[in-house]
Amino acid sequence: MLGEGLLKGLAVTAKNFAASYVSAERLTTVQYPEERIAPIEATRDFPFLVYDGEDWEAGLRCVACQICEKECPPKCIYIEKSKDKKPDFVGKMQIYPARFDIDISVCMSCQICVEVCPFEAIKMDTEFELSTTDRFGGLLHDRRALAKSNGHYRKIHPTEAGEVDARRAGEKAKAEAKAKLDAEAAAAKAAAAAKTAEPPAGAGD
Amino acid sequence: MKTIEEIKAAIEAAVPGAGVEIVPNPSPSEQHSLRVAPAHALSVAKFLYDDADLRLDYLSNVTGVDWPDREIAEKVKVTRTVAKTVDGVEQSVEETVEETRKHVEPGYLEAVYHLYSVARKHGPVILRMRTANRGDQVEIPSLTPIWRSAEFQEREIFDLYGIVFTGHPDLRRILMWEGFKDYPMRKDYREPDDFEYEPTAHDEVLQRTLAHLAAGDAPVAGGQGTEGGR
Amino acid sequence: MSQLQSHSATAHEKPESQKLEGWNQPMELQPDGEAEILEVAMGPHHPSTHGVFRMDVALDGERVIRLKPVFGYLHRNHEKLGEGQSYLASMPYTDRLDYICSLTNNWAYALAVEKLTGQAVPERAEYLRVIVGELTRVQNHASSIGFLIQDMGASGTPLMYAFREREKILDLFEELTGARMMCNYMRFGGCRVDATQSWLDRTRKLVGELPAFADEFETLLCTNEILMARTQGVGILKPELAVNAGVTGPMLRASGVNYDIRKVDHYGIYDRFNFQVPLGDHWDVYDRFMIRLLELRESLKILEQALKEIPEGPVMDPKAKIRGFRPKPGEAYGRIEAPKGELGFYLISDGSPNPYRYRVRPPSLVNLTILEDMCLGNNVADVVLILGSVDIVLGEVDR
Repeated sequence: MLGEGLLKGLAVTAKNFAASYVSAERLTTVQYPEERIAPIEATRDFPFLVYDGEDWEAGLRCVACQICEKECPPKCIYIEKSKDKKPDFVGKMQIYPARFDIDISVCMSCQICVEVCPFEAIKMDTEFELSTTDRFGGLLHDRRALAKSNGHYRKIHPTEAGEVDARRAGEKAKAEAKAKLDAEAAAAKAAAAAKTAEPPAGAGD
Repeated sequence: MKTIEEIKAAIEAAVPGAGVEIVPNPSPSEQHSLRVAPAHALSVAKFLYDDADLRLDYLSNVTGVDWPDREIAEKVKVTRTVAKTVDGVEQSVEETVEETRKHVEPGYLEAVYHLYSVARKHGPVILRMRTANRGDQVEIPSLTPIWRSAEFQEREIFDLYGIVFTGHPDLRRILMWEGFKDYPMRKDYREPDDFEYEPTAHDEVLQRTLAHLAAGDAPVAGGQGTEGGR
Repeated sequence: MSQLQSHSATAHEKPESQKLEGWNQPMELQPDGEAEILEVAMGPHHPSTHGVFRMDVALDGERVIRLKPVFGYLHRNHEKLGEGQSYLASMPYTDRLDYICSLTNNWAYALAVEKLTGQAVPERAEYLRVIVGELTRVQNHASSIGFLIQDMGASGTPLMYAFREREKILDLFEELTGARMMCNYMRFGGCRVDATQSWLDRTRKLVGELPAFADEFETLLCTNEILMARTQGVGILKPELAVNAGVTGPMLRASGVNYDIRKVDHYGIYDRFNFQVPLGDHWDVYDRFMIRLLELRESLKILEQALKEIPEGPVMDPKAKIRGFRPKPGEAYGRIEAPKGELGFYLISDGSPNPYRYRVRPPSLVNLTILEDMCLGNNVADVVLILGSVDIVLGEVDR
């Protein structure tokens, strides 16, 4: 019969239409912004800098090595090193970034900066509602705007943050153990030096 | 498929006088290419298309490459006879000096053709053609009469490199607009200095920005731009 | 004829265009009778040109007598950018070439670099590449059919059904790679991150449900009289001309030529999978549409097999370098069967961290060579359908 194909097609459309009233599977529209989909853990939007503890300046993990600046494909990161140093999480004195700007109008969320950072200092955030009326300044995020706590990182990427924390705890434990051994060795050396400096008891004629 | 040496032999047997040279490829891909002189290109291409064993009926990719002039500095030991005073007596002495000789290897533009066979399911056979120089002698014959797929790709090479393909049915710019001057993919292409403020400028862009800021003709956005001493 | 002046090159004359004679060159159509020729510019602002694409069409009534494609509106000089940055930094830019199929673009580039350096890829990474590559093919073919039907006037319903499934696939991509479309997932020597067991389970579940979608799509479209009347016998492309014009992908196979790079080049681990290559008999738009649907089903078969066989192991070669990657001098051309055709990357390395020449061989651009030939003699309404059946993405055509 002529038109049979059309009728079969119309039956499919009718089925989908009717089913959209009863089946969640068929009605796929989400009324954003009143309704939101559950965020996916691995999602990446724009980078942020991680800091440990309460003080964002003291706890900032970044040591201004500028590797992310060099590897960034669209060159959206700008870093200026500091003149002084501050201790990092194992106590070593490191420089920190005096200025760390990311232009998110240029950033393409490729995540290469995260991949190459040796210090777990820069990670991907999941916020995308960042539009602003200030065309140039509003989309240039400076150090203060980028610094977010490790607690925030644990909240948005729990699995990743767990792994990073475990690694850093391991490194800290190793550094502490080494420091303890060094301290013991130094103490032993000092004691031995002191002993040889003393005249041996009951020596000599 | 035959090896590159066998293909070269077959071409030279079929097209007498065709100067075909093997250009070796040092990488693990082992995709060696054959350099063909532009005068014989069409006959070689026809042979490769018609030959029963090779039957290269599918031209996959046409690429343009720019090889600019290279200055080569070599250290050469030169022996000269020099008049020198030795112990108060003038004598002719042979002296060996190391000199640095520089010469310029002329540059050229190159078109690379990747050929495959759909009938025999083998490939790639890579052909290369070089222009005489990068200035006024930039013609090489087009292979569009034999493989239609070269049509748009050769137009793109004309547009971006400036190689003129003689015998092409419709050689005009394809990606850049009509009336555009210059050839963007060449190594010595200078971008127009259309300055636009960028907060995280690096390298060359930063130099240009600083030059414009110093000259005072920078359209800096919104008053917040300079971020102190940049 | 204008002189082309330039800063860096001496001016030279554009050569006289000579119309070439030959079976593989377009035939000149003459207008019937005394009618005036109407020249229409279709595009670049056009809902049916699949992007910013223009066609300068000369019409004699409704009949097309000349058609010249004009593009370059999305030209971002990707190839020159590639010369200025390292090999790794070009990877996110390859996502943006054929922006609908970012993972296959990544794969083609990674393959070319691995050919250049002789880098080996671990097994699990190869399986993951096949899985995400075939998922990309499924969502590309579904969308492409959807867009073709929309151009025919079905105002989006089949397209939205295709997009419903595409959303599920994109959610899987987001879980695995972090982004829905610009995935940046492959690296030279493997994949960036491993897939978790739960991701694989969810993919298996989706692949189990997709054949039902393919069935529904088929029932909706394949015997539809309007579709058949509009597409059968339209835009015929003969096999010899298709091969000579460099056409590849579903368009070539719809012209009856058995050339699928997965079977010819044996790249990756495709030899382990059992799948067929559908071929077309009538070489028209209807065949191209059917071939895409059939290839969608074949991809689902490959996915089932790959998901069953995927082994444990690392996903990245431990010796592969991320930073400081300097391949030795040489060149390589690597190609894959992308959903649109043969996507190839040609790289020339001079030993420095940046490529000396970085070239993308775009399937959409080369497939467009033959657009004029297919459209000549047809009505202008068919031009839109024929363009839709070529399946172009301007990101790839212009780069």
